[in-house]
Amino acid sequence: MATQHSRSAARVMMAPAVFLLLVWMLVPLCLTLYFSLLDYRPLRGTFDCCEGLGNYVRFVSSSAFQDSVVTTLMMVGGILVITVIGGILLALLLDQPIFGQGVVRILVIAPFFVMPTVAALVWKNMFMNPVNGLLAHLWRFFGAEPVEWLTNVPLLSIIIIVSWMWLPFATLILLTAIQSLDSEQLEAAEMDGAGFFSRFGYIILPHMARAITVVILIQTIFLLSIFAEIFVTTGGGFGTRTLTYLVYQRVIESQNVGLGSAGGIIAVILANIVAFFLMRIVGKNLDA
Amino acid sequence: MGRITLDKVRKAFGEVEVIPPLDLTIEDGEFVVFVGPSGCGKSTLLRLIAGLEDVTDGQIRIDGQDATRVPPAKRGLAMVFQSYALYPHMSVRKNIAFPLKMAGLPQAEQDKRVTNAASVLNLTDYLERRPGQLSGGQRQRVAIGRAIVREPAAFLFDEPLSNLDAALRVGMRLEISELHKRLETTMIYVTHDQVEAMTMADKIVVLRAGNIEQVGSPLELYKEPRNLFVAGFIGSPKMNLLDGDEAARRNAATIGVRPEHIVPSATEGPWQGTVGVSEHLGSDTFFHVHLDGRKEPITVRAGGEVDMHHGDRIFLTPDESRIHRFDAEGLRIP
Ligand SMILES: Nc1ncnc2c1ncn2[C@@H]1O[C@H](COP(=O)(O)OP(=O)(O)OP(=O)(O)O)[C@@H](O)[C@H]1O
Ligand SMILES: [Mg+2]
Repeated sequence: MATQHSRSAARVMMAPAVFLLLVWMLVPLCLTLYFSLLDYRPLRGTFDCCEGLGNYVRFVSSSAFQDSVVTTLMMVGGILVITVIGGILLALLLDQPIFGQGVVRILVIAPFFVMPTVAALVWKNMFMNPVNGLLAHLWRFFGAEPVEWLTNVPLLSIIIIVSWMWLPFATLILLTAIQSLDSEQLEAAEMDGAGFFSRFGYIILPHMARAITVVILIQTIFLLSIFAEIFVTTGGGFGTRTLTYLVYQRVIESQNVGLGSAGGIIAVILANIVAFFLMRIVGKNLDA
Repeated sequence: MGRITLDKVRKAFGEVEVIPPLDLTIEDGEFVVFVGPSGCGKSTLLRLIAGLEDVTDGQIRIDGQDATRVPPAKRGLAMVFQSYALYPHMSVRKNIAFPLKMAGLPQAEQDKRVTNAASVLNLTDYLERRPGQLSGGQRQRVAIGRAIVREPAAFLFDEPLSNLDAALRVGMRLEISELHKRLETTMIYVTHDQVEAMTMADKIVVLRAGNIEQVGSPLELYKEPRNLFVAGFIGSPKMNLLDGDEAARRNAATIGVRPEHIVPSATEGPWQGTVGVSEHLGSDTFFHVHLDGRKEPITVRAGGEVDMHHGDRIFLTPDESRIHRFDAEGLRIP
């Protein structure tokens, strides 16, 4: 697209798509903004205008808000740590020539195809159930008292479930990164006297930095909106109420659309702040 | 010290035997070049010496010590890879210092050696750059720098110049030769370019399908190729090979005569033919001559300003004392 002519032609051709995307994004956003300024509680039949920033103030000043922000950060952070570290280890493992490599790779990727609701239910009933769950059996096998996962360590349980679902994604991306590493570089490092850990630290990890960045960015975006896993397991109780879940409760359970919309807008702003800092911190790896 | 001995070294990848049992001795301080056509096992042999591949059978000794099972880092050898294999996220300085850092040398010593190597290789101005910001020749020098700071017993080069353009290649060739003269360290150099082999080597090892065809100094190989393969491989342009009655008359199955050992003339000579394509290089002219009754053209070297053209009749006189004779198996007849 070098010439003036082809450039303007390209613009014309792209216009419908750009327009559609704009409408797609702007209409819901504008509606949410609009609702957030109203006192809109459908069940009570109130639909009063000119609430102003009242909804926002009320949402932010409730103690549930601060808790939910902390919960969200802990949940996202925990999952990121587990998936990135686990993903690196799994990728290193899968990169080795092992027997039945193809099958193993497919098995590793499988959790990614399980729907969040199903995954959460499976974990809740088959693994973490304190009476019949596999983990309970395992604990008892070693003579220990079974952990009541979802009642005693609910946040950790959800982190484990979601990590299980996102580990394949991280593994897959990091595996391709490892495989794109020039083997001569590793051989050169080997001849230079680097042992396995030095090779990992000085050659493999820096090579993967960009892929790790991508994994963190993409996962953060998706993890900020975890919902089904919480809904199915704890229903937002026991300190597992994230910001997303709080907005849901405000809109559906309290039937306060105005307050919920304000929460939604705040969530969008916070997510953007997080994304901005993430980009600043890790985005360095993306250029060069 | 860097005396390397290969004793019945054999390498097979699964069923495929890439290197049949092979003996070779490389003396301390020698510049040895492995040449051979693509796929003949040069890189494999080098990697066996480096320890990057496991030997299937046989023994590798470095300075008399059995090194067959010694890991690469402990063999005291340094390798320069064809792709340079620089570490892209480290500066040139860190790249060169990497082996020293791995060896746990004190920082001051590291700095001293890196500075030394950089000045030897003209890299002083580039020390803070990343490899991605260097030209091909500079990257090559960084790779060499990374090898020399370790003060290895021997250097291994795997086609280090094949990614460079022709002019740069000539320059780097000289630099590597000079480095060898100065360091007097054993160097093993893999190439498939026979000009590199002839100009740089103390000793050339000609390989074919993993077998050593001949070992000798460049001039030995040029003057007395042991068989047809070496005869055809060493020398540029290639030796002309003739069979049939010309060979039979000299009691051989095939005779070979180099383009520079044939005198062309417009008027007289035992061989007659027509001039085909001619290549004028200024200093030399190479004629492709179609001898009467022969399909394959032969190449003849003439002085720079010979006035003969496509289609002209030409008479050739080979230098009888420099005709190489080979028997039906392709072996040299003395
Ligand atoms: N890892 C491997 N597995 C199986 N066969 C291999 C392997 N590495 C090399 N080979 C085979 O061994 C033979 C020699 O390969 P090698 O790389 O040593 O050739 P080379 O002489 O260096 O060729 P080139 O000049 O093209 O670099 C080739 O036929 C190649 O197919
Ligand atoms: Mg090779």
